[in-house]
Amino acid sequence: MTQTRDSINDIWGARTPHGADASWPERVDEHITDTPDRWVRGTCVLCSNGCGLDIGVKDGRIVGVRGLATDVTNKGRLGPKGLHGWVANNAEDRLTRPLIRRDGRLQEATWDEAMELVVRRSKEIVEQHTSGAVGFYTSGQLFLEEYYTLAVIGKAGLGTPHMDGNTRLCTATAAAALKESFGSDGQPGAYEDLDVTDTIMHVGHNVASQQTVLWMRILDRLAGPNPPKLIVIDPRRTFTAEKATVHLAPRVGTNVALLNGLIRLVIEAGAVDRDFLDAHTVGYDALKKTVETYTPERVEELTGVPARDVRAAGEILATTRTLVSTVLQGVYQSMQATAAAVQVNNLHLVRGLIGKPGSGILQMNGQPTSQNTRETGADGDLPGFRNWGNPDHIRQLAKLWNVPVNKIPHWSPPTHAMQIWRYCETGSIKFLWIQATNPAVSLPELGRIRRILQKEDLFVVVQDAFMTETARLADVVLPAAIWGEKTGTFTNVSRTVHISCKAVEPPGEARSDLDIFLDYARRMDFRDQDGSPLIRWDDARGAFEAWKECTRGRPCDYTGLTYEKLLAGSGIPWPVNERHPDGTLRLYTDGVFPTGADEAETYGQDFDTGASVTAEEYRANDPKGRALIKPAEHQEPHEVPDDAYPLWFTTGRQVYHFHTRTKTGRARALAEAAPDAFVQLSQEDAQRYGIEQDDWVLVESRRGAIIERARIGNIEPGLVFVPWHYGSWDDPSRPRAANELTLTEWDPVSKQPHYKYAAVRISRYDAKDALPPMGLMSRTIDAARGLIGRHGDEAASAKSEFARPKTTQRVDG
Amino acid sequence: MHVGNYLGLVHGSEERLVDVLRKVARHHRDEPDVEQTCLLLAAWSEKHLKFLRPLVEKYGEEKNPEPDDLEVALFHGPRTGSLGLLRDLHDLWLMSNEVQLCWTVLEQAAQALRDDDLERVCKECGKETKRQTAFFLTRIKQAAPQALVVA
Ligand code: SF4
Repeated sequence: MTQTRDSINDIWGARTPHGADASWPERVDEHITDTPDRWVRGTCVLCSNGCGLDIGVKDGRIVGVRGLATDVTNKGRLGPKGLHGWVANNAEDRLTRPLIRRDGRLQEATWDEAMELVVRRSKEIVEQHTSGAVGFYTSGQLFLEEYYTLAVIGKAGLGTPHMDGNTRLCTATAAAALKESFGSDGQPGAYEDLDVTDTIMHVGHNVASQQTVLWMRILDRLAGPNPPKLIVIDPRRTFTAEKATVHLAPRVGTNVALLNGLIRLVIEAGAVDRDFLDAHTVGYDALKKTVETYTPERVEELTGVPARDVRAAGEILATTRTLVSTVLQGVYQSMQATAAAVQVNNLHLVRGLIGKPGSGILQMNGQPTSQNTRETGADGDLPGFRNWGNPDHIRQLAKLWNVPVNKIPHWSPPTHAMQIWRYCETGSIKFLWIQATNPAVSLPELGRIRRILQKEDLFVVVQDAFMTETARLADVVLPAAIWGEKTGTFTNVSRTVHISCKAVEPPGEARSDLDIFLDYARRMDFRDQDGSPLIRWDDARGAFEAWKECTRGRPCDYTGLTYEKLLAGSGIPWPVNERHPDGTLRLYTDGVFPTGADEAETYGQDFDTGASVTAEEYRANDPKGRALIKPAEHQEPHEVPDDAYPLWFTTGRQVYHFHTRTKTGRARALAEAAPDAFVQLSQEDAQRYGIEQDDWVLVESRRGAIIERARIGNIEPGLVFVPWHYGSWDDPSRPRAANELTLTEWDPVSKQPHYKYAAVRISRYDAKDALPPMGLMSRTIDAARGLIGRHGDEAASAKSEFARPKTTQRVDG
Repeated sequence: MHVGNYLGLVHGSEERLVDVLRKVARHHRDEPDVEQTCLLLAAWSEKHLKFLRPLVEKYGEEKNPEPDDLEVALFHGPRTGSLGLLRDLHDLWLMSNEVQLCWTVLEQAAQALRDDDLERVCKECGKETKRQTAFFLTRIKQAAPQALVVA
């Protein structure tokens, strides 16, 4: 075994400091368990950073990885997830054969049997109820080629408007905010801006834990000459917050108030870029009027952030020459998500800090390939950033696919994920196909989700590599190949497209998601209007070529890319075309935005209600290439603590786990470093409720209950935190998923659910002490039953006793 | 002078809108966006009622029996199921348009009266009423295909 560093205990590794005038030095991280006989080009798929790497293969098995020194994203570095996550590929419990539920039990079947059943059910349901009874719920972890194929199947083959995925939970607000401000999706800046900027602002983004390599990049600046100033907005004292020049800890759900206060200070300081505003934006006056009342004192009242800290941050923002802002779930999964994310855009616009080196906005993604769902239209968007409200855009797609215009659903916004689940619940969607994601752990209010998945009149297909909490509830399970076992491309937050190649064969009969979709399309016999097969490709390369055509002339133009180019040494940021053969580092360098009525990806929505702006209204005030400045007033969160549930509850990810731990939980080093969830609470609250470190704590909301061990400190009194996405597959002994408690509610614009606040109560819980109070017993039993699955057969191993702590959590960042 | 007549009309219409928004929010709790947004929109209409108070004092209010009939015609009480939701939103759209029209009529009168206060209230409230209507329409468009074609 070779390991260049112990990334579990030394998360970010040694510093390679540099100043703004020098480029980021290389540092190659490696972890192999055996000497590979060959290295295959890959890209890490365990967070949205997308680090370039080589996959080491020996005797047909993955034996390790090493960072790619030439890659623009990481210059050779890898974090703990990247260095250890690959171990899951070799896990003993991979799914290797299709399963069909017969007599209430999932039983092995052949691919023919499984696919014929899926196809028969699809056809029957479409015939009886139209394609409006079919829904797809995809992932942020497939490859671009797979998403695009899926999008064509759904939108031009079946013609269903019900396509979305778990990217609705992670990145929908990023897309919405970019569209609302700049007319189209896509980050204006690039990671390279971090190398030269004077100031970095992280809003609701614990980058140190979520994108460890991106944080190394920032740490290297902080350790070098003339380090940038760092503003961190986060209610918890995270690893990121510890390094801040100014750490602002607002009450959950109050981002808009705080950002309005910061914008107000910038205006008050006379730091607005009048020339830029006049030439390149519309809407400034309304913003100015809106933020007027958000004085530091009022902001303190609304958010709990001391006025002097607001002022300190405001001063930095008013005087800095360059600024990079990053935004993530603390904004996206909270009250007024889109409105708040847009205020970050506004801050850059009023200061004219966009489209120049050192000034970037990174509306982050939660998952590695979520950017691609947005581009390809596998989520609730249309392929190539097209506008569902613009008939010309629909006609382009109809021509490309050679299908009638009205085959493509575009009569109203594509159905968002939460609505898809609601249609399943009310019974109008009867067929739901889930790929590579685990809604039984990741959606809010899990009790409800389990009930929906178990409905008799809902046919559930789950395509995954492991028997997840969701797969256990399926009618058909299709074993899928994962990263390292298939070739494809994906795009990171920096718009940089990477290729990841097949290094080994998938286990058993597992197939790539692409092959499964292609097989389905063949068996469904989808045809275009001339009778030719609708899907005209049969491998990843073919899908990529088809996708390139779909992007021609669009903001995310891929036409200049080839697999060979991507293999040449590094990822390349789109647009890549004849004009930009080597890609595009920064968008909007000329201050011209794709907001013209004919180009815009959206006509916009009302931040408070989500009401769509009509095409006529938009045309009447056509911004014609100017960015849109849209203000927002603060609104109180929908659920606030009261006598019955007196504490704020918030959730988040940790450094060693990703998504629902399906993969990272099977990588031993990662699983051991963060084996279990916990509840983090302040010393004050611990005392009030008589709770000591490591005690079991019962956390209840109006929707469910969980039992976690206590970790005390580094959090504001009145707030408790539980890391999300600890499910039941590796511990069915107790309800522990944070989402048992969260709300079924979402942002009016992006439709992203609210995971960041809820009202809860806590109490010390000792199973030995006494029987739980009335009501609680049945709730926990119910929850435990739900975890076990509808027939209980596959969970014979469920322990009846509540588990004891396994090991102590190493860190809680 | 019949300004009081329209003040009465808009007053009554806004009151009914608040009432129906609340009912729909309560009844359609399983549709969280409908619940939350209707509560928000009810708060807007309540604010409008507050703005109206001094104007009613100034001009007097002539209550007209007509809106009562309108309510009966439009809203019998919340309905269930996806078609029921659609019909409830449908009625809310009509009711908010009724309010909108009142604001337009009053704004015209305000200009003729050179009453800046009245004009400002009509403008501000009218703008928000329009946002209410826009929400109902957006949500109706979303719900209609599924409710009419699939379920
Ligand atoms: S930062 Fe993200 S992409 Fe890079 S190695 Fe870590 S998990 Fe993988």
